[in-house]
Amino acid sequence: MEESHAHTRPSRPPIVELNDVTVVYPGGHVGLERVSMKIDRGEFIFLVGPTGCGKSTFIKLLLRDLEPASGSVMVAGKDINEMERSKVPMLRRRIGTVFQDFKLLPNRTVYDNVAYALQVTGTPRAEIKRQVPEILRMVGLGAKIHNYPDELSGGEQQRVSVARAFVSHPPLLLADEPTGNLDPETSIGIMQLLYRINRTGTTVVVVTHDREMVDKMRRRVVQLYDGRVIRDQSAGLYTTDESTEEFGVRVSNELGVDFGDHDGDDIGAAL
Amino acid sequence: MSRFAFFLGEAYRALRRNAAPSIAAVVTIAVTVLLVGVLVPVLDASGSKTNDVRNQLELKVFLFNDASKGEINSLQNRIEGIQHVESVEYVSPAQALKILEQRLEDKSLLNELNSNPLPPAFNVKLDDPDNLESVQAALSPPDSTGKPQPISSAIDDIVTGEQTQAIRSVTGAVKIMLLAIAVLLGIASLFLIGNTIRLSIYARRREVEVMQLVGATNWFIRWPFVIEGIVVGMLGAGIAVGIMVVAKAIIVDPLSDDLTLIDNFNTIAFGPLIASLVIGAMALSALGSGVTLRRFLRI
Repeated sequence: MEESHAHTRPSRPPIVELNDVTVVYPGGHVGLERVSMKIDRGEFIFLVGPTGCGKSTFIKLLLRDLEPASGSVMVAGKDINEMERSKVPMLRRRIGTVFQDFKLLPNRTVYDNVAYALQVTGTPRAEIKRQVPEILRMVGLGAKIHNYPDELSGGEQQRVSVARAFVSHPPLLLADEPTGNLDPETSIGIMQLLYRINRTGTTVVVVTHDREMVDKMRRRVVQLYDGRVIRDQSAGLYTTDESTEEFGVRVSNELGVDFGDHDGDDIGAAL
Repeated sequence: MSRFAFFLGEAYRALRRNAAPSIAAVVTIAVTVLLVGVLVPVLDASGSKTNDVRNQLELKVFLFNDASKGEINSLQNRIEGIQHVESVEYVSPAQALKILEQRLEDKSLLNELNSNPLPPAFNVKLDDPDNLESVQAALSPPDSTGKPQPISSAIDDIVTGEQTQAIRSVTGAVKIMLLAIAVLLGIASLFLIGNTIRLSIYARRREVEVMQLVGATNWFIRWPFVIEGIVVGMLGAGIAVGIMVVAKAIIVDPLSDDLTLIDNFNTIAFGPLIASLVIGAMALSALGSGVTLRRFLRI
């Protein structure tokens, strides 16, 4: 990994590149509409916008959980929709994911949950034994290594999930509302963790509703609205100063006027 | 090798942590295997008894008393040449008399006879009683007026065995019923086992989703489920076979000493029966797990 070069203009292709991507869900709902954007290696980027604006669609697209109706999705310079279905697991091993509902395996201890991400790649046992406790110490769970997920607090479970996402040191980490279920204090801890991970050179994409967090971090902000990018600002705030009209649009959307949205999946999963 | 050990460990973990659905699957398989294990020999035995009865069906071709040796020999050859005829046996009047004598209780009746009134005849055995009509038609094809004419002038009459028709329809119905029961039983056990396995996997579909998310390949996810299926099938079949062995020892074996009916039970031997049941249950259960998973793996 040439992480040190990532902050200068990289000669390597950007880690994520969307070219004129449109996603249409079965039933006709448009998830993304003609979105083009680039994310460079080593960036820390927030994706903000009201429910149903296409944030989760973006995450699913990068994991090839969805395929675009048109346009191309490039990860590390490769069009991921051109690779064979059987290669999708390889893509996912190179992308760490953190979700609002943690997505831990309930039948496994903290150790086994994190180890699973290495076992799928065929990492030798000795290597797993060395790396897993190390990463768990890093996220501050060294003492809870043999607990099961249901014995942990929400914040601790999210730390396990972050540890699992990062244990194989992927070049890209996607976090979909990572602090959505957590109180503000715990949230800060998780964001600090993501920030530390970003400092090792991993590109971090955070989808969030957390206005305070975005405003505090002052990183690149991409705002989506109705499936389109309406703002892309480096070191930006959660929103620009908005007129009353814009505020009205945002509030009505946040109240869930758009019911046909795919974010419903996440709600269903969280239940 | 280490990977295989890992899969075994995963399967063991799944069985231990999902005890309730696993036990449900084991019990379902045990009950089903027991049912099949008892009914297969019963159905098989009644099937072979039916076949015995069917094989006794035959046609009788009576000849005129003045039929010459040459005529009889050439006719025998011709009948043997007819399709679906299995064997032809010539019964001379003297032999026919002997048979009659054996059947009669009051043998003095025969002493009243001055001469032998019985005609010479052929007993024609068929390969399958369902071919009765075609053989009959071959023996006496219809002439230009549509009346059946025997193929030889030596033939006096063609008679189907007294109860041939009745036996044929009854055994046919029995055969169809046995087949229907066997098919229904097979379908029922497939659905029962398939549904139980589906339920136990359905409870874990979120787990499969997470595994895919961290980049597990489909077979990496599937193997532990297949191994789990094999173990569940083995346990279920094991319980059923245990019950069958005990039942055979204390119920069937003592009875067969006294009852020829059970002793003559002409069916699969116990060893091959339980072996195929165990292997069948394991294969079905493993296959059920693997196939059910397909849906969640979306391939």
